[in-house]
Amino acid sequence: MWEYSSKVHDHFLHPHNAGALPDANAIGEVGSLACGDALKLYLKISPAGVIEDASFETFGCASAIASSSVLTDLIKGKTVDEALKITNKDIAKELDGLPKQKMHCSVMGEEALEAAIRNWKGEPAVPHAHEEGKMVCKCFGVTDEQIKHAIRENNLKTVEEVTDFTKAGGGCGDCSEEIARILAAELNQKPLTELKPKKHLTNVQRMQKILKVIDEDIRPQLAADGGDIELIDVNGKHVTVSFHGRCSQCRASEVTIRNLVEKQLREHVEPDIVVEEV
Amino acid sequence: MRVTYFDNNATTAVSPEVLAAMLPYFGDMYGNPSSMYTFGGQVAGAVENAREQVANLLGADPSEILFTSSGSESDNTAFWSALQSQPDKKHIVTTRVEHPAVLNVCKYWERQGYRVTYLGVDNLGKLDPEEFKNALEDTTALASVMFANNEVGNIYPIQQLAEIAKERGVLFHTDAVQAVGKTPIDLTHLSVDMLSLSGHKIHAPKGIGALYIRKGTKFRSFIRGGHQEKGRRAGTENVPYIVGLGMAAKLSGDFMQHERVDVALLRDELEKGLLNKIPDSRVNGDIDNRLPNTSNISFKNVEGEAILLMLDRLGIAASSGSACTSGSLEPSHVLRAMGVPFNYAHGSIRLSLSRYTTREEINYVIENFPSVIETLRKISPFKN
Repeated sequence: MWEYSSKVHDHFLHPHNAGALPDANAIGEVGSLACGDALKLYLKISPAGVIEDASFETFGCASAIASSSVLTDLIKGKTVDEALKITNKDIAKELDGLPKQKMHCSVMGEEALEAAIRNWKGEPAVPHAHEEGKMVCKCFGVTDEQIKHAIRENNLKTVEEVTDFTKAGGGCGDCSEEIARILAAELNQKPLTELKPKKHLTNVQRMQKILKVIDEDIRPQLAADGGDIELIDVNGKHVTVSFHGRCSQCRASEVTIRNLVEKQLREHVEPDIVVEEV
Repeated sequence: MRVTYFDNNATTAVSPEVLAAMLPYFGDMYGNPSSMYTFGGQVAGAVENAREQVANLLGADPSEILFTSSGSESDNTAFWSALQSQPDKKHIVTTRVEHPAVLNVCKYWERQGYRVTYLGVDNLGKLDPEEFKNALEDTTALASVMFANNEVGNIYPIQQLAEIAKERGVLFHTDAVQAVGKTPIDLTHLSVDMLSLSGHKIHAPKGIGALYIRKGTKFRSFIRGGHQEKGRRAGTENVPYIVGLGMAAKLSGDFMQHERVDVALLRDELEKGLLNKIPDSRVNGDIDNRLPNTSNISFKNVEGEAILLMLDRLGIAASSGSACTSGSLEPSHVLRAMGVPFNYAHGSIRLSLSRYTTREEINYVIENFPSVIETLRKISPFKN
């Protein structure tokens, strides 16, 4: 038996926004009867691009129904642009997680949302280049583009994980070698900054790496919220920074921003870096 | 909440008589049946009594019964013995609808260089004896066909198939795990060389099984070591469980008529009740020739796992051939082999009864099941 969170149970037994939406002006459909799950997402989008209402019809297991239900909650009231930022990870997170073999249910939610918004924009209802890419898994109709997207989005490392998230390779299994090739190519492409250094860094090396991570990873994130960051000093593993713009007025900066910076530097530079704010 | 148990093909409740028979062998009667003193000898007597009880149920001689740990071990042993004793023959014949305990063993031997012919079935899940006959070759070491299917309950024409194999000089094994106790089996009239059975499907506990090996059949041990079971299966006998299996076999004989008539009546009532109340539902399998306790029904455009979880809320235990319940992504290999359409295959539910199933339980299911399907169909994008 699957270990479902109580949120999955709640959304499955008492789904929110279930049923067709008569005045919907955008519909996204993904999945099929043959695949064993399918989701039809209905949106009512205002002329200004705000999702005023959302509903779903789902054929599938408990986690597919719960993923659909929670997706409608997540997108109601959001603008189309905001909604497009929602990924399968957000859906799974909102459900307090899904069993890994069920992650494809959350991916189905993301794809249906994208398809519905494409439908509203008058674009062909083709989620994630279904037809643009090359068909890899013939059993479940999964393309190489979809597989690459899932690998990048969810940081997948094994063929098994790709199957859990996309279903590719879960039928006859003939494509597992091709999935392995795609996976190998994707993993080799990862930028060097993501590889953790094995040797001790000299002060100069450390400083250069910190600057690189701040410039390439951290600053763009803060800029999205109208803030900026300045490196003040590096003293051994102690890094001092200051925040500008909206960040500096934000009372939460002490906790959230410092944590964000520390996390990024620990991940990409050295695992024991300490960040302080002036 | 009280459990309304409709999953007896998965496992059964240990019957009180079985438990009572077993208990002394967890207590004072702990001797080793191989010992020379009286204290061990009594225990050996209990093991031999159980062997006789199992033999009686099958119309076999006690010397033809080998105790194992499970139906799976029996299947593995049958294959091992048949293949090791005929090293020149590298071909196996089986069916696409076998239990994984046979299918995955076949896949293993394929990796060892064997060729396996998997016979298909028709839409009702029936095998074609003519096709079986044509599949047998001079190099066929073993033909293995299940006595009854665990998912849809179909009973296969074992007598006919075993005769064909005998004429062709091919060893014949049948996995009878689901059939034993639910349909009469008389090995004095069957040309079966080996037959597997499992205790926990007939109200004995999990962890005990048996393999019937016809006298005169060449045998090679699967588990080697001590001289137990006349040197055919090493390991000190699991005395309490063997005694339990013996008692369960005796009770199965006693209840055979009840199982065939009364349980079948309840099953038919349940099935008709559900089909009448739920539109777009269909029975999978060969309704004229199946186990008396099994009903496999598909509900169009709904998914099995969702049905099971909603039934679970009502305290109803059943199982499904849907993809999602198994962790695999495709629906049951049996339903696929039968060509059940996708819009039905994903929504299949197996209800399996036992001699302990009551009319009250049947009525409870008939009353509550339809609303589950209705709820799920309401939110399904596929309308009928």
